[in-house]
Amino acid sequence: MIQLTLPSGIQVEPSEDGRILTLSVGPQHPGSGHFRLIVQVDGDIIVDADPDPGYVHRGEEKMCEYRNWIQNIPHLERPMIADSCGILYPFVLACEEIGSIKVPERAKYIRIIMAEINAMIFELYWLAIYGIFLGHSTMFMWPMGDRELLIDLAEMATGARVTHAYFVPGGVRNDLPDTFRDKAIRQLDYFKHRLDQYKDIFYTNPLFLDRTERVGVLTAQDAINLGVTGPVLRASGVEHDIRKIEPYDVYDELDFKVITMKTGDSYARAYVPYLEMYERINIIKQCLEKMPSGPVRTKLGPNPKGPVGEAFKRVEAGRGELAYYVVSDGTPKPYRIKLSVPSFRMIAAMPHLLKGAKLADMPAIYWSLNYWPVEADR
Amino acid sequence: MTTVTQFSFTDFVKSLLWLAFWILMIVTLIILPIIFIVLFYVPAPEIEGIEITPYLLLSMMVNPDIGVPLLKATMETTFFKVAVFPGFTFAALFATIIIFFERKFLAKMQLRVGPYHAGREVLWWARNFGGFFQMLADLLKLISKEIIIPSGADKPIFWAAPVVLTVVASGLVALIPVAPGWVVADIDVGLLAVFALLGFFPLTALLASWASNSKYPFIGGLRALHQMIAYEIPLILSVLGVVILSGSLNLSTMVEAQQNYWFILLLPIGAFVFFITALAELERVPFDLPEAESEIVAGWLTEYSGMAYGLIQLASYMKLYALAALFVTLFMGGWMGPEILRFGPPWEPDLMIRGHMVLTVEEGNAFFWFIVKTFGIAVLMLLPRGINPRIKIDILLRTGWAKLIAVAFINVFIALGLLYAGVIHPVGVVGT
Repeated sequence: MIQLTLPSGIQVEPSEDGRILTLSVGPQHPGSGHFRLIVQVDGDIIVDADPDPGYVHRGEEKMCEYRNWIQNIPHLERPMIADSCGILYPFVLACEEIGSIKVPERAKYIRIIMAEINAMIFELYWLAIYGIFLGHSTMFMWPMGDRELLIDLAEMATGARVTHAYFVPGGVRNDLPDTFRDKAIRQLDYFKHRLDQYKDIFYTNPLFLDRTERVGVLTAQDAINLGVTGPVLRASGVEHDIRKIEPYDVYDELDFKVITMKTGDSYARAYVPYLEMYERINIIKQCLEKMPSGPVRTKLGPNPKGPVGEAFKRVEAGRGELAYYVVSDGTPKPYRIKLSVPSFRMIAAMPHLLKGAKLADMPAIYWSLNYWPVEADR
Repeated sequence: MTTVTQFSFTDFVKSLLWLAFWILMIVTLIILPIIFIVLFYVPAPEIEGIEITPYLLLSMMVNPDIGVPLLKATMETTFFKVAVFPGFTFAALFATIIIFFERKFLAKMQLRVGPYHAGREVLWWARNFGGFFQMLADLLKLISKEIIIPSGADKPIFWAAPVVLTVVASGLVALIPVAPGWVVADIDVGLLAVFALLGFFPLTALLASWASNSKYPFIGGLRALHQMIAYEIPLILSVLGVVILSGSLNLSTMVEAQQNYWFILLLPIGAFVFFITALAELERVPFDLPEAESEIVAGWLTEYSGMAYGLIQLASYMKLYALAALFVTLFMGGWMGPEILRFGPPWEPDLMIRGHMVLTVEEGNAFFWFIVKTFGIAVLMLLPRGINPRIKIDILLRTGWAKLIAVAFINVFIALGLLYAGVIHPVGVVGT
């Protein structure tokens, strides 16, 4: 069990004399997403934090039961439009397993390229908001601007800037254009150069270090007990990456490192995604070189369906392990779809880290956990 | 049963014309006669032998021989000093330009464009300043917005806080000497008065936060108070060196003491401490804890809206001007500088119109140097916003109490050493 320690002299129970102040952070608060965090503060110390999600529940899982495989694609990426390929990836893999669909080799590489580009788009978005949460307005603008480089690439491949609806059971929707490779290498080289500059202005800034180092420390054992995934888990020193331990598509043929840090504080949680972006650029470049030519989509019938069966598939999205459990009853429409999203796991760690922290540490801890209310509510 | 009235352009124009008609009628029939009757009985002032009557007004506008002496006489009045030049209007204009510059400058740092469209067609000759009218648009927006008062707020204090802040900021501006003789209040305890006025700001912030009857403003107000206690003492200690070297608390005397060397050269540590504490005093990034957006919404400003918010912002930017000007006055020689501006040929360099002197060349140069230096320091104060995140309150308190006070004391000892080692005479460097 996780033991909670508070600084001495701090009351936990709400008192009559008004020593404890209850703050409702959100849903209308610039420092919260579409969710509420009921925080009780004693002076500047948080004595209790109670997350209250559910403001943007859209019933994605139920909606899936009324649509067939292809119809499910556009709406399944809505919970996480910043990482739309990442959230669609396991669904497509699960459908392929149920229907025993063979995917062309080229499509597998294209999927990895798009998934990594989308993960970077997501991570830049996240980094931008992390910057503004700590009051660093330049760190809001720079990643938001550089995100355009990658959005351009995604738009070139898919035709849409944000919600691509690009992955389909049996491959991808269309082939990459001829000029994609050259443009991608040029944009990624420039982007790498920009990433180096982030380090100067953000990651080595003494005030940023003051704000995040030794703040919200999540030990490796606590991280495993609470069930967090992705960069948050790796920042605590646990080497856990679905791309390595359960490779899907062609990840086993690619050469990349799993980034981990030992400290488990907010700084590590901010730094791991940054270092991962270098690895992602690396992966995309490898894919662009190894990619064979050929078809990109297996032709399915007009209303594809599989036999009675079930499939559980998981991938490493930008925020961590994202899993789908799909049950088919033999009809074109799935009988049940269950999304297991990484954001929902992070919410368990939030009260654990916030209790005993200072109110000023709240944005640093909250946003370093990579919690996306829209994705968690589904 | 309510009927929905359809918008009709004809009716709209008709109503406008009707309005214009009534305004014209009222002005011509009632207001103008009243003005003329009143002016008939009011005794007119006399300038250079000409009695100034309202009937001369039009000819004054077109005839410089009458207009310039009148202008000169106006410039020498206290009212002009308080309301226009070294006083409120100048400071507010400076604040507006600083806000615009901040937005453009920050935009350049952050790889964006900033205000761009408003006024681009109007200022066609200055395309680079396109967007300057955004300030005007923002002002109009703030004026036209409703001021919402939260239920349960302490209304008198809630209303008073923005006004008090603006008044106190104007009071600070009044103490700043812009040129020899060009200061609203040239008092012998000028520096003490500055600190007395600076003490008002966190107090007003706390009152405003308490009056808002809301939780986030309350936390913001407490933070403002914490910040003041941590930073007021190093701020006062940092200027003690200047007082020791110049031997005066009068700001004009302090500037004159820097005739040979700026005090920033002799007391760089004091200047550094003053700059840092001034940032904290202004609640600017990285010391914007009382307004920390992601933690406590907008801090003690949360419940303010409309022009009440606008007044608070105006006060804070006027304070920025005042503290930048104070830095220039204390450490960078105020209005001192080489004579580079000349309004005429070398044998007659003053600004003359039709033989009437408007501005001497010394005054012109003093204004120029003061404004240039103040603008430079103000820009330096804007710079941290682009490169720093917000500091944490415990680190802020530790820095203020432990580090800056110690450093400020070292500065005082340096000043004393310079004085008693005989390097410096109380009125200037090496006994001028």
